[in-house]
Amino acid sequence: MEDSQSTNQPQTPAGADGEAKVKSEICIDIKKLNLYYAKDTHALKDITLAIPRNQVTAFIGPSGCGKSSLLRCFNRMNDLIDECRIKGKINIDGVNIYDKKTDIADLRRRVGMVFQKPNPFPKSVYENVAYGLRIQGIKSRRILDEVVENALRSAALWDEVRDRLEDNALELSGGQQQRLVIARTIAVEPEVLLLDEPASSLDPISTLKIEELINELRSTFTILIVTHNMQQAARVSDHAAFMDMGNMIEFASTDVLFTNPSEKQTEDYITGRYG
Amino acid sequence: MTSNDGNHGHHISQQFNADLEEAKKHMLEMGGLVEKQFADSLTAVIEADSSLGTRVIGKDDVLDGMEMKIDEECNLIIARRQPAARDLRLVLAIIKAIRDLERIGDESSKIAKAAIKMSEHREFPDGVVDFRSLGDKVQRMVNMALDAFARYDAEAAIQVAHEDKNVDAEYAIAMRSMVTHMMEDPTTISQVLDVLWALRAMERIGDHAKNICEHVIYMVAGTDVRHLSAKKMAAKINS
Repeated sequence: MEDSQSTNQPQTPAGADGEAKVKSEICIDIKKLNLYYAKDTHALKDITLAIPRNQVTAFIGPSGCGKSSLLRCFNRMNDLIDECRIKGKINIDGVNIYDKKTDIADLRRRVGMVFQKPNPFPKSVYENVAYGLRIQGIKSRRILDEVVENALRSAALWDEVRDRLEDNALELSGGQQQRLVIARTIAVEPEVLLLDEPASSLDPISTLKIEELINELRSTFTILIVTHNMQQAARVSDHAAFMDMGNMIEFASTDVLFTNPSEKQTEDYITGRYG
Repeated sequence: MTSNDGNHGHHISQQFNADLEEAKKHMLEMGGLVEKQFADSLTAVIEADSSLGTRVIGKDDVLDGMEMKIDEECNLIIARRQPAARDLRLVLAIIKAIRDLERIGDESSKIAKAAIKMSEHREFPDGVVDFRSLGDKVQRMVNMALDAFARYDAEAAIQVAHEDKNVDAEYAIAMRSMVTHMMEDPTTISQVLDVLWALRAMERIGDHAKNICEHVIYMVAGTDVRHLSAKKMAAKINS
């Protein structure tokens, strides 16, 4: 890896005056990341990026641009795909997660993920949230009660389910299920939250609740969100990255990216023009 | 600095292209009418034509109506399309520019009112030379500002800001000579005051033209250059 090459300096989000914003601490440092699905499918091309801690970073771009693939690199979900090869480095808190010594189960606890379709377990609301802790071997009812309540409160769901903790999670509405999944993810105290289209299957009110939740969680977690809804990216994120055909086209503060992007490709995409 | 070619086309939605183009076209049409109103008000003063002055005042309602209509068009674009980047800047620039245009219309009415009063006096006080020269300069500013808007030309917009300084300087000279005139011959005070109001209105029109140029620069370069001198404007855009 020739990190000394100036062209491979990590992109930090450009500020309002076009200068790199360096005040925020870096949580995830991606260096020359390449991802191939099969021999000829080069899904991510030389991605070099520095993602700030305790802020929301949104990834936008057309279908197939590689944003979900990139998101799945952060908790090594791509390992589950045959013929998927990854080159380059991703450091989280200075540690390369693609190191052979990485404990993948622990990585996935530290880097939690929420998908487009809510996927609660067919268990009670309580057990869904307590699941991760039980796997960690925590049995104390007192601790479990406390964590479940805190996680549900953090996910802005407690008031709606406090009397339904023993109900099957699948009986909740779609929006509630999605917030339950977020509660389940944050119960194990991750550092990073990956949200892959977390609101795209929800109605507008549930969507707003999820966005409100993201806003509240940003101070505790480093949040990465993939969304096709550009207004949503503009509303919830601090930084935004525009990707196309596996390339990182532009990474800037959200305010700049949506009012005055520096790349024509970004502008064409966010204004709905032909590429 | 004309990096942005001003082409609103190429949206996947043809209707969006059309909506933006229409709003801009209507704003420039309003600009054309404003220029005419201002020119007529100047003619009314210089030629002491009170009937032309009355016509200018009568037409001000048309401008008010245009402002409201274009505002509505822009509101609908925002509500329906959620414009971003240069589209958003265009819509915002139009909303702000029509406000300045409407105010130029109001100032033109003030000049027209002064013209009617002046035409009642038999003798036109000194300062008519300043009036013509200042009027020409301000007219050119308004014209250049609208031109810069139509052509997405930030460079030309900065020129207008430079020109505003000259207008302000000339206004100050005219003021001084008017004051001297009043001191020398207090019987002309009421007449001279009418000229002063008209001069003041012109100076304000120059300021509105400068505002429009600031909107143009924001629209083209995405840089907010309000409250800056022309020199600092250019520096900020180029930085």
